[in-house]
Amino acid sequence: MSAVDFEILLQQILNGLVLGSVYALVALGYTMVYGVLGLINFAHGEVVMIGALSTLSAARLLQSVLPGLPGPIVLLLSTLAAIPVCMALGYTIERVAYRPLRFAPRLAPLITAIGVSILLQNIAMVVWGRSYHSFPAYVSTEPFQVFGATMTPVQVVIIVVAMAIMAGLMFLVHRTKLGRAMRATAENQSVAGLMGVNINAIISITFVIGSALAAVAGVMVAANYSIAHYYMGFVLGLKAFTAAVLGGIGNLGGAVAGGLLLGLIESLGAGYIGDLTGGFMGSNYQDVFAFFVLIMVLVFRPSGLMGERVAERA
Amino acid sequence: MLEVRGLEVHYGGIAAVKGIDLQVSKGELVCLIGANGAGKTTTLKAIAALVPRSRGDIRLGGDSTAGLASFELVRRGLALVPEGRGVFGRLTVRENLEMGAYHRSDGEVGQDLEKVFALMPRLHERRNQTGGTLSGGEQQMLAIGRSLMSRPKLLLLDEPSMGLAPLMVQKVFETIQAIARGGVTILLVEQNAKLALELAGRAYVMESGCITLAGDAGALLTDQRVREAYLGE
Repeated sequence: MSAVDFEILLQQILNGLVLGSVYALVALGYTMVYGVLGLINFAHGEVVMIGALSTLSAARLLQSVLPGLPGPIVLLLSTLAAIPVCMALGYTIERVAYRPLRFAPRLAPLITAIGVSILLQNIAMVVWGRSYHSFPAYVSTEPFQVFGATMTPVQVVIIVVAMAIMAGLMFLVHRTKLGRAMRATAENQSVAGLMGVNINAIISITFVIGSALAAVAGVMVAANYSIAHYYMGFVLGLKAFTAAVLGGIGNLGGAVAGGLLLGLIESLGAGYIGDLTGGFMGSNYQDVFAFFVLIMVLVFRPSGLMGERVAERA
Repeated sequence: MLEVRGLEVHYGGIAAVKGIDLQVSKGELVCLIGANGAGKTTTLKAIAALVPRSRGDIRLGGDSTAGLASFELVRRGLALVPEGRGVFGRLTVRENLEMGAYHRSDGEVGQDLEKVFALMPRLHERRNQTGGTLSGGEQQMLAIGRSLMSRPKLLLLDEPSMGLAPLMVQKVFETIQAIARGGVTILLVEQNAKLALELAGRAYVMESGCITLAGDAGALLTDQRVREAYLGE
């Protein structure tokens, strides 16, 4: 392998990690909700979008009030403002759309989820308009060199923040009383209730936490591509869902692994498809890889990489 | 401690429990026996608010439980060890026990954990294994130990002998006896009528949703009808 080849490979891997960190954050939201409710919350991608757009609005407001504020501070404060918006949104979605259907046939909440997704897209279109908004470079996007590959500070921040959040979530779920109650609820709701766990509260908390992660992921995507619009959550949501299925839906570690893996597959696939097809297909086929992975997983290993074996149930 | 009056439970249009009365006084060990499908499990589930009742009054320590969810009943001293044990298979033994003390915020949880381990040394050996890796008997012990962690005033046990080897059944019943001696009021549902009647002070016999016999457990053990229907004589 020549030096140039290595640099290209490293570049694709770095890009894949950035993309994968975002997928992982969003996939965690899908998998947590699936864990406690057995429901695919297809509106989750829209929460990501609302996170990005409300951050943008908060940042504009903040800069008009305090014009001299440094970019990273603006981004931090406006993200912190968008997180509670998304948390409230997640809580409301569960309360209004899913809770009344808790004991309905599985198809009903699934259709409802798609309905909520369309509803949120349209609300966002009314509030923020149909146009693409450029997302200013609050954190520098000035590239620097890493062993010949280029990276931007914003990408470094994305990876570091995503890893920190995921470590925090793992700690919460596996080492705290709340996390124990969440795992118990995921396994057997009625028995968890017999232990004194308020199931409805746990389900609400799950939605709220997942939505907070979605808000952060939305900001990351917008900052990385310098763009935000009302439709950005749709494909991203589907890909994160793919990542969750790839890792084994319902499994937190699986969502992280699936997200990172999917990011790498997409990035490497898009990077090399041109060479492999002699220039016939280009990197604009990037989206094909995620859905190809989804089909392959569903056909050959529907339980995913780390999927729960059903026999484990007591 | 527990007073049930005119309890009726329906599943869809079918009546599973058809207006039963039963009561358990403080410190008693009462058993509820009957054939499969008699409505015993449904009765316990209705007491623990796992299934809605259609009619009837349930009082716990004198207060009506109407409108309370099962998680709220735990705080009032009710614990149910469900049929099939309900062990959390992916949580460790220790985490399962800690779940039992979920509603407590006093500083004595650790102490109670040691007590349960002392009562059930097997669980201590396996404290870091997941619940799903335990044998049936160990899971039953874990489920009972977990219920003790909530410091119950009234313990409801649903078929603790189900699916266990005879030696293990004996162990489980010895444990139940020890718990009763410790001052916990117990309502025990069992298909193994002989064992249950030997252990209990009083007993109710349930048949197709109604209580057909009630009285002193020792007397029921010698009752001709009980002997024919449940003791296979």
